[in-house]
Amino acid sequence: MSRPDIDRGRQPATEPARATLPPEEFPADPVHPAQRNGHQPRGDRPAGDQPAEDRPAGDRPAGDDEPAGDVWDRRVASTLAFLRRRLSGQYDVDEFGFDPELTDGVFYPVLRLLYRNWFRTEVTGIEHLSSDGAGLVVANHSGTVALDALMLSVAVHDQHPRHRYLRLLGADLVFRMPVVSELVRKSGGAVACHPDAERLMRAGELVGVFPEGFKGIGKRYTERYKLQRFGRGGFVSAALRTGTPIVPVAIVGAEETYPMLGDIKLFARLFKLPYFPVTPTFPWFGPLGLVPLPSKWLIEFGPPIPTAHLVDYADDPLVVFNLADQVRETIQQTLHRLLARRPDPFAA
Amino acid sequence: MTGDRPATGTVVVTGVSRYLAAQVAARLAADPSIGRVVGLDPVEPAPGLATVLRDVEHVRASAATALTVIADLDADVVVHLAISTAPDQQHSRAAMKEQNVIGTMQLLASCQRAPRLRKLVVRSSTAAYGASFRDPTVFTEETEPREVPRGGFARDILDIEGYARGFRRRRPDVIATVLRLAPLIGSTADTTLTRYFAQPIVPTVLGRDPRLQFIHLDDALAVLHRSVAEDHPGTYNVAGAGVLTLSQAIRRAGRVAVPVLEPGLSGAAGVARALGFDRYGLDQLDLFVHGRVVDTTRLVSEYGFAPRTTAAAFDDFIRAHPEGTVLNGERLALAERGILARIRQARAAVREHA
Repeated sequence: MSRPDIDRGRQPATEPARATLPPEEFPADPVHPAQRNGHQPRGDRPAGDQPAEDRPAGDRPAGDDEPAGDVWDRRVASTLAFLRRRLSGQYDVDEFGFDPELTDGVFYPVLRLLYRNWFRTEVTGIEHLSSDGAGLVVANHSGTVALDALMLSVAVHDQHPRHRYLRLLGADLVFRMPVVSELVRKSGGAVACHPDAERLMRAGELVGVFPEGFKGIGKRYTERYKLQRFGRGGFVSAALRTGTPIVPVAIVGAEETYPMLGDIKLFARLFKLPYFPVTPTFPWFGPLGLVPLPSKWLIEFGPPIPTAHLVDYADDPLVVFNLADQVRETIQQTLHRLLARRPDPFAA
Repeated sequence: MTGDRPATGTVVVTGVSRYLAAQVAARLAADPSIGRVVGLDPVEPAPGLATVLRDVEHVRASAATALTVIADLDADVVVHLAISTAPDQQHSRAAMKEQNVIGTMQLLASCQRAPRLRKLVVRSSTAAYGASFRDPTVFTEETEPREVPRGGFARDILDIEGYARGFRRRRPDVIATVLRLAPLIGSTADTTLTRYFAQPIVPTVLGRDPRLQFIHLDDALAVLHRSVAEDHPGTYNVAGAGVLTLSQAIRRAGRVAVPVLEPGLSGAAGVARALGFDRYGLDQLDLFVHGRVVDTTRLVSEYGFAPRTTAAAFDDFIRAHPEGTVLNGERLALAERGILARIRQARAAVREHA
């Protein structure tokens, strides 16, 4: 897991003055994701765990034959190489349309700003996620806009020792919308249906679901941290059919990002949305109202619930319902515990 | 199968006036284990295909003889490829449907009355899965379309597969293979889709970047050949493994994508016309909004044959169409080197001053 030393090895030779960079210039593991995840198309990454000579020529910056400069020089060079690969289409996507290079190079760095600096997210229990096997991550859903799903995937990627990707499942409504649907697909999302869920789990992926769906994110602020109905428990039967352990997750903080005070039904129907939110800032301040409030976030992963012994009960409604209820109870209790730890929603 | 007689007696290939069927017929004729290859088509093959078809007997089937022709020819195997994917200059949409649907119905009725027949191979398409935003990401052979497709070709395909299912029920003794082909591509393929990618400026649908899969023409021929030479009853997805998104394919081809507004805003017909598919229409448009990816596990395990990947098939197509390239890897690498050198120069200059 050691970072490649090609970067640092050259550094002092040319620019000793710049050798003492603040540590955040090199975040512990910034854009070098889990190449060992087992589900990567190829090690087609600009900087991997392999020395530069071993990488295929196309991956190196085109000007790499010149003696290397300082950190900025390398940054410019790797950005240019990234742009060239993007513009010439020389990258891989998987059958779901997941584009790891774009996710690591563009999506995660942007989301990380929100995750670290804006929401000051704290994560506990990451050890409950399997190191390379499949897992079904089930979390509460809240906050009008599904920011919690994005933050959860950053949490999994950044905190997990192997930097695994969380493959989110989204309602079909998400895939009806242009632009949004493609962003979701490129970041690893899939349609919340049995074939997709089971396909991902059989491939050994970590799959993220929010069984409350739109009922969860579209609830009023007065109902914050009250879990909504878990639907038919389809996520449980998908886990049972593939024998995938279920990891319950409680997310605290998303409720306060866009506190929903009201819902304009007329506009919702007009725009074909499940709801049209009214928050303290939206729609009053226009686009400024889209800035989420800087609440303090806590994410806790609970112990996995094994399902391998229940594979034959995937169609038994009683078993499915009981298990869904157990997951729901676990998340609800964890939410209460986390809330007690965080009395002030906007604490530092 | 005794002594020196070929393993397969007579193979009838329909639609030999078209490129794919003519190639299949030629390939089968070159196979020594196949006795006789008869091309069946109501029209004469295009002059360009005459050399390809020199070892293939040609029979012009009219509507009057259609119902008995398979029995009259004493066919062992029928390969049904007389399915057109798009209306063209000679065929309107009505004629295309006539050929696809009525043609298949008559042919299968004729097959049903052929006592010697032991194998039927039908060309279908991955369009059988339709296209909708509710679709699962990857289609297996068992996936049912969520809604009736809007496109004419896709609806024809559903009808054709319906007839094939009916035939299977009535003649369980005949080995029936249905091949759902992904869009064909390759250095020699000439389809609506290859013409689309050959344009220097390629229109796409705004806010959509569908996942596409292709099958290389040579691999499609190989699978069709094996379906005749070997026994593979059932329905199979035939596509190259892996996925290219439309934007990625356009970039690899060195073309420039121009996004056009979504159908809901400007009217499906307008978009189809802008994309240059006014005769192809909604089939292609749905593909370019929703994309289509199929699972080929069954093909690979049953046939023991893995077609080249979608990316490799597309590369082969690009190599055959170098003209019209706006951006390519070398030019980009050159630009990259140039910009990097400039920046280094500028920074060195700044450092000297400091």
